[in-house]
Amino acid sequence: MPSLKDLRTRIASVKATQKITKAMQMVAAAKLRKAQMAAEAARPYAEKMESVLANLGAGVDASSAPRLLAGTGSDKVHLLVVCTAERGLCGAFNSSIARLAREHANRLLAEGKTVKILCVGKKGNDSLRRTLERNIIDLIEFRSVKQMSFVQADEVGARVLKMFEAGEFDVATLFFSRFKSVISQIPTAQQLIPAEIPAKSASKGAQAVYDYEPEEAEILASLLPRNIAVQIFKALLENAASEQGARMSAMDNATRNAGDMIKKQTQKYNRTRQAMITKELIEIISGAEAL
Amino acid sequence: MATFHFELVSPERVLFSGSVDSVVVPASEGDMTVLAGHAPAMSTLKPGVVTVAEGKGNSRRLFVRGGFVDINDSGLTILAEHAIPLEDLKPEMIANDIKNAMDDVADARTVDARIAAQSRLDGLKQLQSALVN
Repeated sequence: MPSLKDLRTRIASVKATQKITKAMQMVAAAKLRKAQMAAEAARPYAEKMESVLANLGAGVDASSAPRLLAGTGSDKVHLLVVCTAERGLCGAFNSSIARLAREHANRLLAEGKTVKILCVGKKGNDSLRRTLERNIIDLIEFRSVKQMSFVQADEVGARVLKMFEAGEFDVATLFFSRFKSVISQIPTAQQLIPAEIPAKSASKGAQAVYDYEPEEAEILASLLPRNIAVQIFKALLENAASEQGARMSAMDNATRNAGDMIKKQTQKYNRTRQAMITKELIEIISGAEAL
Repeated sequence: MATFHFELVSPERVLFSGSVDSVVVPASEGDMTVLAGHAPAMSTLKPGVVTVAEGKGNSRRLFVRGGFVDINDSGLTILAEHAIPLEDLKPEMIANDIKNAMDDVADARTVDARIAAQSRLDGLKQLQSALVN
């Protein structure tokens, strides 16, 4: 049976932990709002990009399409771009993205394909390194970056494009967590190269003829690399919002658990104290009676 | 004067959205002025200044770099990789761009690439001198 002093220190330490988790929850809530706003602000650009791409892509036939759109013609080497957070303590956020990526990688490996992994964010690297160390080619960290901006996405995009041009992979897939709500983030895999062009709705097919200046193919060629950076940017922002959401609910849980534990320990402490008082009283009374 | 809907969006935010009289766009094959009822067209952007006439003599100027223009029935949309109001533009940013462009010219391997880089550099230099005055 723990002594009263043990119980007191235990309660004090749980209380201190609770304060920390509570503070982290509130910080995450404030950051979440900011991240959500950033994700919303980026949406119009991505949407416009998509509709423009759909317009252009529909007019290009497969044989003359750029390689970013049509692919290299083989699917031997796969690149997985795994975007995770830089910090832990956010529930299953990092591990669920890593798990999805790992399953994907294992499936490809079983099919006899070559898998290369580019980690964006330290935590994904940490957990993938355990089983897929040989496949990880690099890690890009944004530890010092407070607010994701397009510059960072461009950096990753340029890296991916350089590798593609050098013929280092055939298919690229992006892994990130889609922000659905504070309590629900969905790990998602999105094909980056060859670009997936959203199907154009039939009604829009009859749209007026466009004037292209410069040539259609030239515009498409400059548009596709840009689209990669935009998709990565979108993923990074979704990730940032998801991370804060996941951390908020994880810390909320932790705070509640700490509260429960304090309650239990306090009850135990009081019982033990009461038991000791009773014991001392019995000793005194029985001593007096013996006289 | 007839107005049309104009949107200027960068990946980070929407910089302008509203109805305007005319917009001067620095398209890669030369500046073009877009008025209401323009035929559907699409073009890429070169670094330059977008001039937006909002009517009643009000005009706004924004610096854009990299991106493209989409003109359709619903209006004009500029998707710019970087876009900031001209008031906020620092001369250092242009100077930095010029330095990058110079490096590109020096690094260009093929004749075509060098010509493209050179014309980009010239455009930036023009822009710089226009801003200083």
